[in-house]
Amino acid sequence: MGDDLNGPEYQVPEELRSHITITTLDRIYNWGRRSSVWPMMFGLACCAIEMICVAASRYDFSRFGMEVMRPSPRQSDLMIVSGTVTKKMIPQIVRLYNQMPEPKYVLAMGACASGGGPFKEGYNVVSGVDKFIPVDVYVPGCPPTPQALLNGLIKLQEKIDTQSIRTVRWYKREASEPIPIPILGPDLIDPRDIPILDAKRASVVKPDVPENS
Amino acid sequence: MTLEEYTDRFTGMLNFDERKGYEGYIVHSERLVEFARTIRDELGYDYLSSVTGVDYLPDEQIEVVYHAYRSQGGPGLVFKVQVPRINPIVPSLVSIFPGADFQEREAWDLLGIRFEGHPNLRRILMWEGFHGHPLRKDWEEPYFEESEKPFNSRWPEGKAFRIEENKPFKKNVQYPPEFTPDGWIPEADTALYSGMVRLGAKDAGNGRSLETDQILVNLGPQHPSTHGVFRMVVSLDGEEIADLQPVLGYLHRNHEKIGERNTYLMNMPFTDRLDYLASMGNNFGYALAVEKLMGITPPERAEYIRVMMAELTRIVSHLFSIGTLLNDLGAFFTPMLYALTERELILDIFEAVSGSRMMCNYFRFGGVARDLPEGILEKVYELVTERLPRKVDELDTYLTDNEIVRTRSIGIGVLPREQAIEYSAAGPVLRASGVGYDVRRAESYSIYDRFDFDVAIRHNGDVYDRYLVRLEEIRQSLRILQQVVRDIPDGEFQTGKPQYQVRVPPGESYGRVENPKGELGFYIVSNGKPNPWRYHIRSPSFINLTAFGEMCKGHKIADVVAILGSIDIVLGEVDR
Amino acid sequence: MYGIGLIKGLGVTLKHFIETYLDDIRWLGRRYYRDESLAERQGPHARGIFTVQYPEEKLPVPEEFRCIPFLVYEVGEDGERLYRCTSCGICSKVCPPQCIWIVRSNDPETGRPIPSPTEFFIDIDICMNCGLCAEYCPFDAIKMDHDYELASYDRLADHIYNKERLSKPVTYYESIRPMNFAFEEAARAEKEAAKEARRKAK
Repeated sequence: MGDDLNGPEYQVPEELRSHITITTLDRIYNWGRRSSVWPMMFGLACCAIEMICVAASRYDFSRFGMEVMRPSPRQSDLMIVSGTVTKKMIPQIVRLYNQMPEPKYVLAMGACASGGGPFKEGYNVVSGVDKFIPVDVYVPGCPPTPQALLNGLIKLQEKIDTQSIRTVRWYKREASEPIPIPILGPDLIDPRDIPILDAKRASVVKPDVPENS
Repeated sequence: MTLEEYTDRFTGMLNFDERKGYEGYIVHSERLVEFARTIRDELGYDYLSSVTGVDYLPDEQIEVVYHAYRSQGGPGLVFKVQVPRINPIVPSLVSIFPGADFQEREAWDLLGIRFEGHPNLRRILMWEGFHGHPLRKDWEEPYFEESEKPFNSRWPEGKAFRIEENKPFKKNVQYPPEFTPDGWIPEADTALYSGMVRLGAKDAGNGRSLETDQILVNLGPQHPSTHGVFRMVVSLDGEEIADLQPVLGYLHRNHEKIGERNTYLMNMPFTDRLDYLASMGNNFGYALAVEKLMGITPPERAEYIRVMMAELTRIVSHLFSIGTLLNDLGAFFTPMLYALTERELILDIFEAVSGSRMMCNYFRFGGVARDLPEGILEKVYELVTERLPRKVDELDTYLTDNEIVRTRSIGIGVLPREQAIEYSAAGPVLRASGVGYDVRRAESYSIYDRFDFDVAIRHNGDVYDRYLVRLEEIRQSLRILQQVVRDIPDGEFQTGKPQYQVRVPPGESYGRVENPKGELGFYIVSNGKPNPWRYHIRSPSFINLTAFGEMCKGHKIADVVAILGSIDIVLGEVDR
Repeated sequence: MYGIGLIKGLGVTLKHFIETYLDDIRWLGRRYYRDESLAERQGPHARGIFTVQYPEEKLPVPEEFRCIPFLVYEVGEDGERLYRCTSCGICSKVCPPQCIWIVRSNDPETGRPIPSPTEFFIDIDICMNCGLCAEYCPFDAIKMDHDYELASYDRLADHIYNKERLSKPVTYYESIRPMNFAFEEAARAEKEAAKEARRKAK
């Protein structure tokens, strides 16, 4: 048991440190979760190659308990959005996110996943996956080097450490709402925007509607 | 017989392209199919490399450019068709060159050129129902700012803002004015599914026929063995594949639209992101295409550095490919780990030379970005003479004779020689089918004619042979590298002064290189401005996929991943 | 014989497994968290375990490594920041994804542009780390950084870097790119000397 498990507010005699640890429930709960974050085996673009390198022998994220990459969203805790998110792909990404069980985390790897990246101006590119799903950690870089990704994963572990069992979303009585899946229309349609779109159409006064600008 | 004699036969229908800086012939669309058949059957141009649509907005014309080659090697033949810009219709060449299939669909999708006689003219990179044809010059995307870079809003009064902040919905979307969301039925895949072939009733063996149900399985776009976001719809008869349709575009990042707005130099780092496993190979092709237009050649040392980097890139890419193929065959991750270890050592060299592990952005027009840092040549020497040959042998020892590898790959996904040429397959896929076509030999570029190497070739055209071809190519690359390290001269690494705004005279050029995945071509049209008018990429992975469905037919569903792994696609390049 | 191939494969794995322990014994206690052993483990003679024990030990980045540009400033006599940047705008013109915004202002008295940026922004969610800005900057004012540990929790607040965030002293630049720095300084000194000589000749 590492020192990180022992609560700083409790004094354990030196000779007993390897046998006894006094901690809070939050701490041991988070310690368990942060040491077994299973990422989804899910690659999008260039960054996915660096993600594979992180899984491979040189950077080896099994040192953080993350080596169990799950091909199924049902078994994974972390979605590493590694690469450019396109309009054609975002319905699937949202669906995968909805299928992941709580607690779930999203790490946006690289410029493209964070905010569109160099391809932001493209007609088929979503400018940041956080337009659709909540993101916990952003890792800048194009692509981030494996060590930068590891840094992001450590940041994620730090975030997990700050959560408390009393306030976390997934123990609330009401179930969390799934995110509505975007539709591929003449362009990408976010179902959450449909009321706005309808309202706009109802109140068309100007001939040059802003949707087309 | 030369082509000149044919101008008589096609009186008035076949003319030289006399625009300045252009080459080839302009064929009238009525006689296009006949012309294509003629050059294939009588002149031996049996390999259609690339089909490109170009939108000449000022002339109100759309042009389709075809690049054809002989599979024995030698220079190519360029022919073009010109049609009016409104409702352009061009006869399809799929019946003559099946390899045109996906490329014509792409031209329909992005430019709205209707290919008459195409068996399956649906959108390929965008989805069915998308509004407009994005590569048309008058089509503007939601985040459109200006038609040419650099944008004026960046300097001297640059205001930092995210472009979505003053767009409706704060998103990258725009809808046609008449569009209403509640009446919209999302595009289902019914058209795709109904077009799938199914097998007939089976003979049960006792004189009676056995009715089997057709099952449609969607593999991907999120699937661990599709090497990215690739989707295939498989029609199954039992476990056997009756039909397979690849569905692309999940990583369509609009390289070409962005590339036509960029200046020439700006496109260089974007080419890195095409085949992101072989960034310097892409740099090479693009640099060659632009240099051809500019009429410059790099100095001697730069040529050697280029070849060195391109060959190291080939090794990197093939190592990765062998690793993933073994993943797909079920040897999960162990061979990959060994392959990646060697890859990392080469990436260290890339990082030291260019500054980035994957996105090297190292080539410049007329040379390379900077000279090799001190000590790199020694490192390369150590790797290519000592470590890598040993490690490749090790890979060979534990993989090639492995019973599971052999059983799962021999005789699987066979692509016969004739079909490989017809389908415009390239690279190891073509060479494993017994066609010794390697651009480095067939139409030698840079300084490849100086090096002593063999074109790896195998004859069975199955998964196993493709693997062996890749292994052999690593060995041949090492051979080239040993010669490069031995012969590399001192001197300049760049002709002229480095400049960020290059002058490119008007004209067209097609630069092609032998990338690890196959023949990578860049078709560039310049109108003398700082930005290319047309920037098209002939990507080997994309075109190799044309034959994928054909290769899979009759095999078991588990073989699909092995066959896909042996084609070795990179989605960045497939979807661009 | 059937099975030989499988045994060969397992043999390779066994060899790697044993090599790791052999190397552990050879280096006895000095194998991790040391620069020299890291170099040995990651070099062309690497055998056995290949892992970098990040974050305790970090793989050193080469001099040319590039990740997000920064602005070089020199420290003046009074401790003020003297930016090398003259806000000529070449970096924002050459930037492929156009992620650099520069505000240049004019001198209120003369009306001429001030040769220093009033504001300088880089959107690191667009930046593709291509290094063209640093390569074509005629004043060596913008350079590519080595710091890649940039992960953050909030991009809307943090990811457009302003001048303050981008500024780094010239000593930092010297420390991350000693060879380039020396080369540029030599070129500058040569230029100065030539200028001086010309002035004297007049």
